[in-house]
Amino acid sequence: MKAWLALTRPGDWLVLAGGLAAVGFSLPLLLQGGFAERAIIRQNGQVFLDTDLRARREIEVPGPLGMTRIAIEPGRARVLSDPGPRQYCVRQGWLMRPGEIAICAPNRVSVQIAGRTRTYDSLSY
Amino acid sequence: MTASVTELTITAEDRRVAWLATAAVALSLVDAAIPSPLPGVKPGLANIVTLIVLIRYGWGTAVWVSALRVLATSLMLGFFLAPGFFLSLTGTALSLAVLGVARHLPPRWFGPVSLSILAAFAHIGGQLLLARAWLIPHDGVFVLTPIFAAAALIFGTINGLIAAKLLAEAPTPENTP
Repeated sequence: MKAWLALTRPGDWLVLAGGLAAVGFSLPLLLQGGFAERAIIRQNGQVFLDTDLRARREIEVPGPLGMTRIAIEPGRARVLSDPGPRQYCVRQGWLMRPGEIAICAPNRVSVQIAGRTRTYDSLSY
Repeated sequence: MTASVTELTITAEDRRVAWLATAAVALSLVDAAIPSPLPGVKPGLANIVTLIVLIRYGWGTAVWVSALRVLATSLMLGFFLAPGFFLSLTGTALSLAVLGVARHLPPRWFGPVSLSILAAFAHIGGQLLLARAWLIPHDGVFVLTPIFAAAALIFGTINGLIAAKLLAEAPTPENTP
């Protein structure tokens, strides 16, 4: 340990401290958009349910192919099962950041996580 | 037999660059073999070579060695001209630019560790900016900045220490590459 310390020069510690400060200042970026607070479930483009992410519950959403089952847990939500053929939305797993969305296109169901500050849900050019 | 019109003379400098680039490529391959939890977070062992070259042979040689390393590694791993190649190129270019400025810092105060940390931050900074400008044109790219910055700090420090140790152990082997 001492041998390694001998390899540093005084200014190196200054740079190291600067680097630490840079990491510290960038930390808020991790929480961009705030915490996951709500789950918005849409069916055929219409809001089916807008719920908070506090209690554990399970929701069944009917679609043209059948039932899409969605699990809500404190701070996260996921699609449990879906009648769609490719299962993309199921395999996406837990959604826990604001703005994250799982879309079960064949059954026209989507689950989106929202935080307190509204991040935009679509961009148009 | 007629003499070739284009006569390539290989200087000692050329040989040195080739050898050092080979060492850098080897370390890059080791880098690529190490599993990473997140694309973009890796030790960057080849930067040890860049640092040693910079301090011992100057900035010009460091640029040559780095450029050859990026090219050869991308060809070997099969991502030449793929997005990863340009990310690698941008990161390397920016860290070389920063090293070009930082090497004029008083060496009594700022050693290889400083240079390594600054280069690591420049490297990830360049990659993030290119990713934002080209690959993922959305500010969501910056969400993981703290993790990348922390990785740059940790690996930058470690690489700098290794470079400092290697430089201290073999002060001036001018004849060996």
